[in-house]
Amino acid sequence: MLQRQAMPVVDAVQVLIDHRGEDQIVVTNQGAARLWPKLRRHPLDLHYNPSTMGGAVPLALGLALAQPRREVLAISGDGALLMSLGSLVTVAGSGAANLTVVVLYNGLYEVTGGQQTPAGSAAVDFAGLARSAGFRSVSRFDELTAWREQAAAALTTPGPRFISLTVEPMPAEYLRSATPSLAEQLTEFRRALGSEQAGG
Amino acid sequence: MFTGQEIAAPLAELGFTHVVWVPDSATGPWEAALDAAPGLRLIRVCREGEAWPLAAGLHLGGQTPLVVMQTTGLFESGDALRNVLFDLRLPLFALIGVRNSLVAASRDSAKTFAEPILRAWGLDCVWLRSAADRPAFAQHVLRCRAAQQPGVALLAEGPP
Repeated sequence: MLQRQAMPVVDAVQVLIDHRGEDQIVVTNQGAARLWPKLRRHPLDLHYNPSTMGGAVPLALGLALAQPRREVLAISGDGALLMSLGSLVTVAGSGAANLTVVVLYNGLYEVTGGQQTPAGSAAVDFAGLARSAGFRSVSRFDELTAWREQAAAALTTPGPRFISLTVEPMPAEYLRSATPSLAEQLTEFRRALGSEQAGG
Repeated sequence: MFTGQEIAAPLAELGFTHVVWVPDSATGPWEAALDAAPGLRLIRVCREGEAWPLAAGLHLGGQTPLVVMQTTGLFESGDALRNVLFDLRLPLFALIGVRNSLVAASRDSAKTFAEPILRAWGLDCVWLRSAADRPAFAQHVLRCRAAQQPGVALLAEGPP
């Protein structure tokens, strides 16, 4: 676990939910795929579990490139992002201006019981990694008040955007919450994308 | 076997919108032609495990991607492939370069395991072993699309 300031993960994610646009696509994985649908359900949500091993960011990038008029928000844990760290370079290289990548950083593999990531107790500067990868807008928040105050700006700066949120471990009641089945999600997700495309 | 022009033109005619790739020494020379092809966008990924979910996102968003990688990358990205083709059930199409396939005496394990692994996954494969097999590529793409199933074309390659 991180030995520094962190915010409650439920509150941190609630800020993202509060700023979510109705036509925005949201892709989550791992712990976030259990937490987000317990707080909010939307047809344009895709909770990409189980065991996608860092696949949420590239999947979100594909959606962002396919749907350039729509904002896409990808939410990943730090363990998952470490499994596909190169995807930050892929995102930046693609120039997808409509994509925001959020990492929920707590230094843990939460869904397997809270083991440390390879970073151990070291503080990984994910914002610095994203900046070096070439993200156009990068921000980092370790404290909830600042995150609440600056979220709107961080989520609307020129993309691709990267936001690092240092968070506390997820409460067990959320970790135990099941991710909606992919089959059900995909039916609803495709319908939402299709109907909105048809509607112009 | 194919020049860049010889592959880019049919891809556009087949309606592919994006090529998501990690190049190898056989497909790499196609880069300029793929980059220049009207209606086709080349997406470069850092590792093959990114290619499958990225193509999945494109497909879900209404586009028609082609995944291009070598067998070595296929092995590396097996879980991503499994996830996208079988959990998400997306009918993606891939062109997989098989290193040393044209070297009869080669015992390259990247060659040996390619087709058996794809068959084990139940994926419908065709071989492109010479220029004469070019029509088989388009036919296989169209057959897989009609069946709404994933498909693979195995590109026989020489030594790296």
